[in-house]
Amino acid sequence: MAKIKKHSVFVDMTAMSDVTVLLLTFFMLTSTFLPQEPVRVTAPASVMEIKVPEYNVMNILVDLDGKVFLNIDRPEVRLEALEKMSAEYGVIVNERQKKVFLEQPFIGVPMNRLPAFLDLPFGEQDAAMREYGIPADSLDNQFTNWIQKAREIDGEMKITLKADQSTPYPLVEKVMKDLVRIKANRYSLVTVLRGAPEGF
Amino acid sequence: MANIDTGGGEVQKGKPRKENLRVDFTPMVDMNMLLITFFMLVSTLSKPQVMDIAMPTDQKIEDDQAPKVKESKAVTLLLGEDDKVYYYLGKLDESAYSDYGVLKETTYSSSTSNEGLRGIILERNAEAVNRMRDLKLERAEKGNRMTEEEFNERSKEIKGDVNALTVIIKPMETSNYKNLVDALDEMQICSVGKYAIVDVTEGDEFLVQNYKTKGAFGASNLAPQGQ
Repeated sequence: MAKIKKHSVFVDMTAMSDVTVLLLTFFMLTSTFLPQEPVRVTAPASVMEIKVPEYNVMNILVDLDGKVFLNIDRPEVRLEALEKMSAEYGVIVNERQKKVFLEQPFIGVPMNRLPAFLDLPFGEQDAAMREYGIPADSLDNQFTNWIQKAREIDGEMKITLKADQSTPYPLVEKVMKDLVRIKANRYSLVTVLRGAPEGF
Repeated sequence: MANIDTGGGEVQKGKPRKENLRVDFTPMVDMNMLLITFFMLVSTLSKPQVMDIAMPTDQKIEDDQAPKVKESKAVTLLLGEDDKVYYYLGKLDESAYSDYGVLKETTYSSSTSNEGLRGIILERNAEAVNRMRDLKLERAEKGNRMTEEEFNERSKEIKGDVNALTVIIKPMETSNYKNLVDALDEMQICSVGKYAIVDVTEGDEFLVQNYKTKGAFGASNLAPQGQ
């Protein structure tokens, strides 16, 4: 009787494991984290499938009470805008505060309160920001000023507007009117995806 | 590779048994695959979508430069409170202020019957919708042979047709942001190329009041002039 040679059915998974670890590293490094928003905003749904631009974006956040927050994604633009703004409003921001400013993704306090705000511990900043928002009254419109300053630095910057779905329209309208006044007529509204209906 | 073979096969009497120190990497691979899937999904799904809009300037435009809209092809939507939409067709003349029936009420319903907003717009924009559908089918058939530019060019042409519907969106103070986005979304779904977000006029407020009170408001108040 011929002996059947016993083959080992053990498959070496080491190589496979190497590949998966490489892939995993790749995905971890390429995924960008969304900046943490000071207020919880639920964007309305739409069927649009265009994604938010990756780079060089200004994101305007409008909460339920119409408070405005601004995020500029490029740190160098953010810093330059801060320098211009602090020069205009006569606010002195020291080096340490500038560093904190760069770490905090959103701008959301009036200029005169900015240094004191930046001295707060990081954990308390969101709560403090929620109290203020950038002033956008017709007398002292720092919101449009920030945007104008950022656009002076880079005119190509795209503007996205994210507002809560149950924000009353007049509050959003005010922001939209402000944008039109500074000739930022083209911008994008941030929405979440909902499936497109069939047959269109 | 991951096994350390420490000696011969046969076990001989008296000699210590050599063990095969092979490590099984299968669970490790399983776990990695799960993590990869997670990161892939999270990095693509978490990105929100955007809806591009272009607002008209606040500068005054000369009368002869102002965009002309075919009256018969215009629908005006007044976004009201509690997810209600009031709409009227064409341009209203002075006599409309005494008749509350010119304004109709609807909802953001997505049904394609004649009831909801979608049905109303679809019915009036059927030609453009059909042409867009044909274009999309053609693109699906041709596959790569139709470039993105060509598709955009042609869809622009369809949507910008003289006979295509023009929608004027007027969000009233009582509406919320979601209403506006829903209305804009409906434009996208129904292939409406010409639409604009316009401020509510006194005349529009009057019409809505009149509609709600079934004409009583219009009877006791003077209609606004020159709207």
